[in-house]
Amino acid sequence: MTSHRLQHIVPGFAIFVLASVVTWLSFTEQPAEAFLFPRVISVVFIILAIWNLIRAVTGMSKVGRGISVETLKNLAPGLAVMLLYVFFGAKHLGFYLGSTLAFFTIYSFYDPASWSSVKDWIKRALVTAAFMAVIYTLFAVVLQVHTPRGILF
Amino acid sequence: MEFLNYFGGVFEPWAFMLLLGGTIGGLILGATPGLSPTMAVALLIPFTFHMSATHGLVLLGAAYTSTVAGGAVSAILLKIPGAPANIATALDGNEMAKRGEGARALHLSFLSSGVGGVIGILLLIFLTPVLAQWVLKIQTPHVFWIAILGVTVIGSLDSKSFVKGLLSGCIGLWLSTIGYDEIQGTERFIFADALGGGIGIIPALIGLFAIPQVLDMMAKGRVDALVEALEVPRQKLAASMRELTKYGRALSIGTVVGSIIGLIPGVGGQIAGLVAYDQSRKMSPQREKYGTGHPEGLVAAESANNAMVGPSLVPLLTLSIPGSPTAAVLLGGLLIKEIFPGSDIFEKHPEVVWTFINSMLIGQVLMVIFGIMIAGWAAKIARAPAPIMAAGVLVLAVFGSYSVGQSVGDVHIMLALGIGMFVLEKFGFSAAPLVLGLILGPIAGDNFTQGMTLAAAQDGPWVYFFTGTLNIVLIALVVASIAYSFWHNMLAGDKSAAAEPVGREAK
Repeated sequence: MTSHRLQHIVPGFAIFVLASVVTWLSFTEQPAEAFLFPRVISVVFIILAIWNLIRAVTGMSKVGRGISVETLKNLAPGLAVMLLYVFFGAKHLGFYLGSTLAFFTIYSFYDPASWSSVKDWIKRALVTAAFMAVIYTLFAVVLQVHTPRGILF
Repeated sequence: MEFLNYFGGVFEPWAFMLLLGGTIGGLILGATPGLSPTMAVALLIPFTFHMSATHGLVLLGAAYTSTVAGGAVSAILLKIPGAPANIATALDGNEMAKRGEGARALHLSFLSSGVGGVIGILLLIFLTPVLAQWVLKIQTPHVFWIAILGVTVIGSLDSKSFVKGLLSGCIGLWLSTIGYDEIQGTERFIFADALGGGIGIIPALIGLFAIPQVLDMMAKGRVDALVEALEVPRQKLAASMRELTKYGRALSIGTVVGSIIGLIPGVGGQIAGLVAYDQSRKMSPQREKYGTGHPEGLVAAESANNAMVGPSLVPLLTLSIPGSPTAAVLLGGLLIKEIFPGSDIFEKHPEVVWTFINSMLIGQVLMVIFGIMIAGWAAKIARAPAPIMAAGVLVLAVFGSYSVGQSVGDVHIMLALGIGMFVLEKFGFSAAPLVLGLILGPIAGDNFTQGMTLAAAQDGPWVYFFTGTLNIVLIALVVASIAYSFWHNMLAGDKSAAAEPVGREAK
């Protein structure tokens, strides 16, 4: 089995599992009246999921580039910051502090400029401060959105 | 001519400021590679939450119009289409810019966008009320079939693989059923506390359109992807206007093709530009010049992708079926303002709808004026480095999705959907059908449940849902949309596979 085919089988199988769970719940949960529409959807969903899985297993599913190891390596740090930011930082550190840290970390990590140049670090800090000032003005001052407060603000 | 009565609303100071700001901002966002019009409009929706329905729609309409046109700037000066709709523009536009004719290309691009756009909006003005009258005949089972048709058309036509397109639509429909069912008073598919209130349209739209683009930028790693913008020497606008009259054929082809494609639900601007470019090339006596910097190609592509904007709102305002993915986001913007498209939209909300449409007409003129004024400058701003863009869009997405319901749960849903969509997109799934399933799901679901109750008291579900001329026509259209896509897929034979080997995109 080629790695290309395997790349399509994994999401194909995941969608099949999701469709199976949806179908199972739609036909077993009560009251039945509440699940009438989900039942109709789930029948079409499971048929298409099986069709998609068969196409993946037989090598007929070719649309889509898949995800390369290199892509995963590039993504991993940014994705980790993203998850930490949304599921921990924004709530516990506060939206503005969490966002400032997330912006600065992601910008600094993916910035092709040198990591050893003080000038570049100052530039990153200034860009982050300027961007967060715009966000604060927009959401806190103009739209008056009350965000969760953290350890600082 | 009812629309004439509502022109005053566009020139009300706050509305006009929003129109102006939306147009200029949209031009810059559109010129920024990586920021699609759909994502720009989705990110703007939270800002409209605190505005009146009219003002919110004026801003979204201006952004929709100008992001499509602004995409031409980076297509011409950087050879990076600002949006998928501008792919065909880059073919000749960049060649012209390389020859030192950047200003000429930009002038022709904005002028032809303006002509196409104005004709498209006029079609919207005159066709929508006619279609709205016809919609009066529509009843519960028809609404159900129309909602399903919306999902199948976009699922079939907007995806390279029709199985995956329809699967995306199914996932969207299922997602729409998550939450508390108010009719039966019961919970459905609530696997986590954050899902208790269901999946909000705005967090979902932001997640599905913005997060995959953030991840795409990160996936490229620490690459210096800055491209030098070509210089734009000055050129007299009057000369460009005179020149445009020479390309009447390309302008007509672009406008007609764009308008027709806009009316077809789900097809969108990318196809409009490419089809118009191809048709114009075939009908041109100078077809060999296409691709070498021939203004005709540029004019055809740009007039088409802006002519598509107005007609794409015709099925949206009357049938709740968007003509393009961006129109699907606009539908979300309408629904959160509790404006439900349909036959009575012009009776219930004439001031909102007509002011919105009129603002898009005025917006076309502003787009041409400001587009020409700031094009060269916008191209420089548009070169904002990808790491800043990725971090900035992420923070905006978090604040935008939180601000709608002031709920951290919405932010979690937004991110989960965004990461899921990024993975799905890598395997050929598309966001547009999923979004449409999510938006049209409640409409289909409520009408299905209502229809089943009425059918039980009459002749049963079979007669209620599957008989009657309109039911049969709609079912035939659902089947035809799937069959056409299936046939097209079989003919194409997954040709894209050769060009898109799995797992190699980053190399």
